[in-house]
Amino acid sequence: MSGDPQHEPRGKNGRAPDVLRVGGWMPMREYPQNEAVDFAIVGTGAGGGTLACRLAEKGFKVIAFDAGAWWRPLEEFASDESHQKKLFWTDERLCDGEDPIKLGNNNSGKAVGGSMVHFAMVSLRFRPEWFKSRSILGYGADWPIDWREMWRYYRIVENALKISGPVTYPWGPKRGRYPYRAHELNAAAMVLARGAEEMGIAWSPTPLSTLSAPRGLAHPCAYRGFCVSGCSTNAKQSTLNVWIPRAVKAGAEIRDLAMVGRVAVNEAGLCTGVDYFREGRWQFQRAKHVVVAGYAIETPRLLLLSANGRFPEGLANSSGLVGKNFMVQSNQAVWGLMDEEIRAYKGPPSLAITEHWNYADKGKDFFGGYAYMSQGPLPVVWTLTQTKRGLWGEALLKEMQHYNHQVGLKMVGETLPQERNCITLADEKDAYGLPIARVTHAYCDNDRRLIEHALDFMGKALDAGGAKDIWRETDDTCHLNGSARMGSDPRTSVVNADGRSWDIPNLWICDGSVFPTVGGVNPSLTIQAIACRTADRIGVLAARGEL
Amino acid sequence: MSMHTSRYPGYDVLRKRDTPSWDEPTRKVIKERLATPSDPRFLDAVQWRALEALCACIVPQPIDRPRVPLAGMIDMRLHANAGDGFRYARLPPLREAWRIGLAALDEESKGRHELPFASIEPAAQNALLKHMQHGELASGAWQGMDPQLFFTHRVLPDICGAYYSHPLAWNDIGFGGPANPRGYVRMYYDRRDPWEAVEAKPGKERQALKENRRVR
Ligand SMILES: Cc1cc2nc3c(=O)[nH]c(=O)nc-3n(C[C@H](O)[C@H](O)[C@H](O)COP(=O)(O)OP(=O)(O)OC[C@H]3O[C@@H](n4cnc5c(N)ncnc54)[C@H](O)[C@@H]3O)c2cc1C
Ligand code: SF4
Repeated sequence: MSGDPQHEPRGKNGRAPDVLRVGGWMPMREYPQNEAVDFAIVGTGAGGGTLACRLAEKGFKVIAFDAGAWWRPLEEFASDESHQKKLFWTDERLCDGEDPIKLGNNNSGKAVGGSMVHFAMVSLRFRPEWFKSRSILGYGADWPIDWREMWRYYRIVENALKISGPVTYPWGPKRGRYPYRAHELNAAAMVLARGAEEMGIAWSPTPLSTLSAPRGLAHPCAYRGFCVSGCSTNAKQSTLNVWIPRAVKAGAEIRDLAMVGRVAVNEAGLCTGVDYFREGRWQFQRAKHVVVAGYAIETPRLLLLSANGRFPEGLANSSGLVGKNFMVQSNQAVWGLMDEEIRAYKGPPSLAITEHWNYADKGKDFFGGYAYMSQGPLPVVWTLTQTKRGLWGEALLKEMQHYNHQVGLKMVGETLPQERNCITLADEKDAYGLPIARVTHAYCDNDRRLIEHALDFMGKALDAGGAKDIWRETDDTCHLNGSARMGSDPRTSVVNADGRSWDIPNLWICDGSVFPTVGGVNPSLTIQAIACRTADRIGVLAARGEL
Repeated sequence: MSMHTSRYPGYDVLRKRDTPSWDEPTRKVIKERLATPSDPRFLDAVQWRALEALCACIVPQPIDRPRVPLAGMIDMRLHANAGDGFRYARLPPLREAWRIGLAALDEESKGRHELPFASIEPAAQNALLKHMQHGELASGAWQGMDPQLFFTHRVLPDICGAYYSHPLAWNDIGFGGPANPRGYVRMYYDRRDPWEAVEAKPGKERQALKENRRVR
């Protein structure tokens, strides 16, 4: 092991940490600052990390920057909720609006590998119709990409991560079996299954990005349950231990602890590179193309921060939509108690799922859909859930005594794009002297009707599953998307289907911000699929001389 | 103070410290947490007294075991200025919120009882906190900070979150604690691995106590 990864960069001197081996290193190519690389990518998460890999594998010269540390999970991830906050984006952000969201441990990561380092591994495909939700389903906005093409890329990503899942998935067009077998259910997942069967709807073991059999140097999941605090066994297949090592092997350079503060643009209106802060000073890297992949808050923030005389409203913003149509997913839950011991802390938190209400359109008084999953909150998250109900003192301690009997169902619900939900710059500055992001959020009536439907249905399903003393957690959100949407019209979108900005042809976006709609499934599989597609498209455009 | 008898008598997650359920990074982190000082680094003596009293109300700890050094944990966090990565636009930053909040708590208490918060009766303390929780406080001492927001978004999450990050609190609720590399094997209803806490079923407390002493 070497040094403190939060203070001393590791991707340096021609080598990078080999996260699959204790104390291991692997050779890493490095590029000079004054020679323009083909692509400078800002962010190494689900979008940026995957894209860096695929572009490098096509032979492009790539540098990917991340503000966060390059962790070695085997040596540096404790089994501890509080300590592992080190994986989160803890630089300040302001949250306001009628329904201000919670961030920090909830929504965003700051590390090589991005938020997938501590994500819950749920790996789902969009429902095909969602790619045309405006024209087929009557709400939101159409994607400029065809679902069949996306389904090809989903398959590629599922194979790359060796997703474990069922042989047949109950919803949507037929898909092949998942690469690895489904995980065993824990008791919390069995309650979901029981409830779904009683209610007459389908359920499934959740497709998860954690190994159910050995793969190379990585062992299968040990069911330790600390997934959202980072996986210290490397069973979780993520950007950090899959895409990034592949990227480095293919010749990409990753610069950790490198905060990009500005995308530079010349007189001709083209990007020339990025200003980034590393090892105590601002530096400049030249690049022929810049890709912003900082997730749905930092991406618009960086585009706005990069405003200049030529683009006073920020980069790629002729539509005025940078930062707008920011979407979370509703993440409300119902909780109850079982007579049996459940001990939901064992195993990945969401081992069973139903997507029934993503695919059923009858019986809804709202647009959109939702999935719900079984849950396994560890004690700190669980007490925070209880305090949101206003519990403290004896009442809190008494409730916490039921920890091993509690069981819950939690939704991932679609919210509609609204321009008033947005990322803007605040007056307050961060440690780099850059204005911090302000995140403004409110549900619309449709969102509220969807949530009410879900809470009502999940309550009945939990009751049918055998739980008693059921109560509702009414105010949680998850995932961030949409603040720089893709589309087919420059007036109503920021980038095209390839993630290429309409305004600046050598500026691209590749992360959760490009979603026109969010659907009712967790987003990272879709983000990675888009990244793989973008890389292929760039390859095609380059071959045609259209880059 | 709480008089609950534990549902998991005799269970001590720290007995697993040298088993395959704990790895080296975890041992280090928990050791540091157990060594949390019980005097302040960041707060002054007056603020500290108010914080200790506040913590005792929010989490009335069982009297039959050592106490989790809650005020010390909050003070360490303030000392490190470790924010959450976001805050409600209507609340000031972490340190400022706590500084204003603790002073205002004393002011509110003096206004009612002529004594600082730490010196009034527990019943009066709890009553005052209920007023804060329900948005019924409004003295100038809050300097424009919303007391109700302070209560729901700083006091409760900060104190309760710190409490349940401590092994003593894990014992109370029968949480398995750190679990790498051993993890778990028995996932079904009512099944426990031999390294998990035994729940005392009514009338079987002695048996649970005996078994829990062997859990490691
Ligand atoms: C607790 C939790 C659980 C989740 N569970 C799931 C799940 O089960 N399934 C699922 O599909 N999704 C899940 N998600 C969401 C998923 O992780 C994200 O949607 C996904 O990682 C987003 O990908 P991204 O590339 O847009 O951003 P990220 O993966 O967040 O990557 C962005 C990266 O950019 C870096 N960065 C940002 N700005 C800059 C800058 N200016 N300079 C340098 N670097 C910068 C950041 O440090 C970060 O590493 C979860 C998220 C959280 C927080
Ligand atoms: S439960 Fe599995 S995936 Fe989750 S942290 Fe543990 S080993 Fe990793």
